[in-house]
Amino acid sequence: MQEQATYNYKVIRQFSIMTVVWGVVGMLVGVIIAAQLMFPDLTHGISWLSYGRLRPLHTNAVIFAFGGSALFATSYYVVQRTCHARLFSDGLAAFTFWGWQAVIVLAAITLPLGITTSKEYAELEWPIDVLITLVWVAYAVVFFGTIVKRKVAHIYVANWFFGAFILTVALLHVVNSAAIPVTFWKSYSAYAGVQDAMVQWWYGHNAVGFFLTAGFLGMMYYFVPKQAGRPVYSYRLSVVHFWALIFTYMWAGPHHLHYTALPDWTQSLGMVFSLVLLAPSWGGMINGVMTLSGAWYKLRTDPILKFLVVSLSFYGMSTFEGPMMSIKTVNSLSHYTDWTIGHVHSGALGWVAFISVGSLYYLIPRLFGRTEMYSVRAITAHFWIATIGVVLYIAAMWIAGVMQGLMWRAVNPDGTLTYTFVESVKATYPFYAIRLLGGLMFFAGMLIMVWNVWKTVVGAKAADAAIPAPVAAHA
Amino acid sequence: MDQNDLRTLVTVIAFVTFIGIVIWAYSRRRKHRFDEAANLPFTEDEAAGPTAGKERSGQ
Repeated sequence: MQEQATYNYKVIRQFSIMTVVWGVVGMLVGVIIAAQLMFPDLTHGISWLSYGRLRPLHTNAVIFAFGGSALFATSYYVVQRTCHARLFSDGLAAFTFWGWQAVIVLAAITLPLGITTSKEYAELEWPIDVLITLVWVAYAVVFFGTIVKRKVAHIYVANWFFGAFILTVALLHVVNSAAIPVTFWKSYSAYAGVQDAMVQWWYGHNAVGFFLTAGFLGMMYYFVPKQAGRPVYSYRLSVVHFWALIFTYMWAGPHHLHYTALPDWTQSLGMVFSLVLLAPSWGGMINGVMTLSGAWYKLRTDPILKFLVVSLSFYGMSTFEGPMMSIKTVNSLSHYTDWTIGHVHSGALGWVAFISVGSLYYLIPRLFGRTEMYSVRAITAHFWIATIGVVLYIAAMWIAGVMQGLMWRAVNPDGTLTYTFVESVKATYPFYAIRLLGGLMFFAGMLIMVWNVWKTVVGAKAADAAIPAPVAAHA
Repeated sequence: MDQNDLRTLVTVIAFVTFIGIVIWAYSRRRKHRFDEAANLPFTEDEAAGPTAGKERSGQ
């Protein structure tokens, strides 16, 4: 083994391939539950395949399996390439891969069995939580260990975002998963009542803020400049962007608990900080988009750049929508409706999935000794089918959500409700159909990606030995 | 000093710190180092230079 001569690409290859695999799995489950909302008897009452059990499987698969693997892959790539150093420990890095895959498989087994803490995005029971903690500590050691042994003076901004993501997720996971085990597969939260709800949504929103935002901003700050072939628009803005995000995100969680038993001042605090968040979010978005100034013409021919730039547009859209929805009066209309589902998918499909897919299209050929993907046309096809899919999805959910909110709050002159709940369900039916179509299109795009990745990787197998890129010897 | 004074103090300190970071980031003296940092992704030896894989005008 030529220990220090090469970067550790093996673990990145593993995580990159699994990102695509889990993306397909997670989105397929999403398509199934979208179909179940239209056809409730789709799975013939088999309890393992009921909506209530598949839904957490979908969210865990797309967030932690797809998104998580993408974050591991890109953070390991970026930290090595911008630090000019091999990963701190190959053994620990391999442990993070196999450990994380074990967590995913355990989730895929336990959730359909109905084993759950019932905390949204933290459903996994305590033994799996312990394994997550171990993997995460190893991840932190590998990542920060690599930063410590870096050969350059400065720590590139992407690494700051990845680092914040790793640290914060560790904190969130440990605090929110605190529980009293009763049996091996059953535990009860260490918190009670409204405190439990507040801890849960402090976790839940920061999972959005740090797992689904900070980490992917790390991707943005590396892969957008690389693919555009020019440095980030303003490095100063990126520094301010980072700290502004860090100072505000932690406090936005209460907006998930508007009009609940949570004290009113806490709700208002959550709303105000959510509104403040608009500034750093848009600062970062503008920084990413402006990186292309002077290189806009590349967008015409480069589908990878299309993915990256459109992801930033969706980031801008959903980080505008989010603060608006956190305003109490808007929330009184939007909460519990499909508007929320539309908002989440505008962020999750439009931002998180697009930036991951764009980054992977950049990354995968380089990990397999090629200069580009097997088919650039297939990337273009993927881009368009996915974009149309997202737009159909979120437009359907917006309309459905506002309609539901208006129907639920409508009252007759005598004070009785104008509509029964089931009338709003019936009115939503056509929008569920459009949403299913949008989801199917997005899923179809992922299948195109699978084919393209397969062709890229299989053809390159022979070149596998030469893959580890030459380390920057001059550094 | 009661608990709420402490909370106010922490909020003010955090805000002042943030303003300090903004001033620091935009100070003239930092410009050179930040320009250098912004180019970090391009200092590595990629097989065919930093723009490899993008020159495919005729796809």
